[in-house]
Amino acid sequence: MSAPFGRRLCEVSRNRDSGGYRVVSVIDREGPEPLAGQFYMLAAAEGWGARDGRAFLPRAISVAETAPAAGGGVRLDFLLDAVGPGTERLGTLGEGEGIWIVGPLGNSFASPREVSEGAAGAVLVGGGVGVAPLALLRKRFTERGVPHRVLLGFRDRAHTGGLDLFCGSSGALCPEVRLATEDGHAGVQGRITDLLLPILAGDDAASGVVYTCGPPAMLEAVRALCAEHGVAVELALESPMACGFGACFGCAVPKPGGGFLRLCVDGPVLRGDEVEEVSHAYA
Amino acid sequence: MPELCGIELAHPVINASGTYDAIAARKVFGDALLDEFPFAAFVSKTITPEPRTGNAPRRIWETPSGMINSIGLPNKGLEGFLAEDLPQLRELPVPLIVSVMATTREEFARCVERIARRREVAAIELNISCPNVHSGLIVGENPSETEALLQTLRPLSEKPLIVKLTPNVADPAAVAAGAERGGADAISLINTLKGTAIDPATGEPALGNGYGGLSGPAVRPVALEQVRSVRATVDLPIVGMGGISTGADAAEFLALGASIVAVGTENFRDPRAGSRVAQELESSLRRERISEPVLDLD
Repeated sequence: MSAPFGRRLCEVSRNRDSGGYRVVSVIDREGPEPLAGQFYMLAAAEGWGARDGRAFLPRAISVAETAPAAGGGVRLDFLLDAVGPGTERLGTLGEGEGIWIVGPLGNSFASPREVSEGAAGAVLVGGGVGVAPLALLRKRFTERGVPHRVLLGFRDRAHTGGLDLFCGSSGALCPEVRLATEDGHAGVQGRITDLLLPILAGDDAASGVVYTCGPPAMLEAVRALCAEHGVAVELALESPMACGFGACFGCAVPKPGGGFLRLCVDGPVLRGDEVEEVSHAYA
Repeated sequence: MPELCGIELAHPVINASGTYDAIAARKVFGDALLDEFPFAAFVSKTITPEPRTGNAPRRIWETPSGMINSIGLPNKGLEGFLAEDLPQLRELPVPLIVSVMATTREEFARCVERIARRREVAAIELNISCPNVHSGLIVGENPSETEALLQTLRPLSEKPLIVKLTPNVADPAAVAAGAERGGADAISLINTLKGTAIDPATGEPALGNGYGGLSGPAVRPVALEQVRSVRATVDLPIVGMGGISTGADAAEFLALGASIVAVGTENFRDPRAGSRVAQELESSLRRERISEPVLDLD
């Protein structure tokens, strides 16, 4: 389904803390419900460019959660880590403030069977602000009865942004979620790959597909591990992106064997064999 | 009704080459793109004789009120463009201008000749911000190189030849004059300004290619001055561009003598920037007409 043509002015309905990140909810009266993995180009209607002429370009942000909006349309939740003038301004948007959106853009995660013939289950592996698209994917898998496990990595107690997106209505963490924290305050102490490795080494590993999103070093570790164990993987990548609809050619990701993909229109979700190596240079 | 070299335009706003991929945009936005096409004419990305994959990432870097890009002209090459892209671009509801670049006069000639033969092409834009590998000179930095290139290409096409100037010269008007002497039909300016940036995270140049081209509102005063100086020197129609994001910006270029304008970087922020700028321009011109005193009709 196509995105509505052009940018549209929407209203922020809520801005809440999530373990050090912000979750900003936007009411989109016009657009279709996005698929897990899709993203929007976001820019604040006011105060964009207020820091020495930045932010200038809109920011590409994945959807973390959707819900029907009261009064019609869809509520889009975006998980924001303030890493620069754009995400900083977006993260301060309050209820009733205006936000320009373009989207939904890009492709989406495929079902395990679409990724790998004979696969039935899924392992979701996320870290940092990259847990956002996996939160929406987990919800979809739950609705469709796709068996899945979720592995999330966090640095320490002060950096658990997005974890609450994986909690049920009771506030308790969903039972299929396992955590790895570098300080050991929750889950196992260590890295996400410490949790993933035993699963990939298991006898039934090939019956599952890994879905991952997170910092480039984590993505590369997950990609390499999956390749080593012959397990199919889909990676949601990030890249510098000016437009989100194929115009700027800025979001180039090297293809194995030469050439580049445009992450906005060919991704942001790529299969492991479509990516040579996940590098900071483009991620 | 505005026109450029005899090509009738529904409004005076087109796109800058390399800032809109109508084929990709149609896949993203569907046929609404065609129903509400934002530009009065469509300028393709620059086509080169052979395919190019483009530069290594990182390719873009945000700057104050602008951005630097080092995309590297990825394109399918002349044959790929003619076979795959042109049939799709023909479906656009506006005249098509094809941008071309080559590093020898012979290659430039091959591109112009092949493209000029296609009925669906209304005009050809020559991207001359490139070296002539024989002379080692950047064509667009040199009035006599530019004139000689135009003399080679002029007989090959009855279609309008628009020369896209680089702003990275001391005297763009002299280059424009060279283009005019060589037989160009119109001048478009400005291309991006050479620029670079350091990634604060690494202390190294931010772009994979080391440097790139600056665009966006930050360059508008430079673009305006170059349009003014070219207008003062040549009689050809001018397509003015450089940091236009509103109708008021576009009006500045028209006031300095541009015939029409192009929107570039603003397309990235607003996929319908072309129609918006045209509407803002139209309503500001209408306001002006209304506020003009009614003169006696003697």
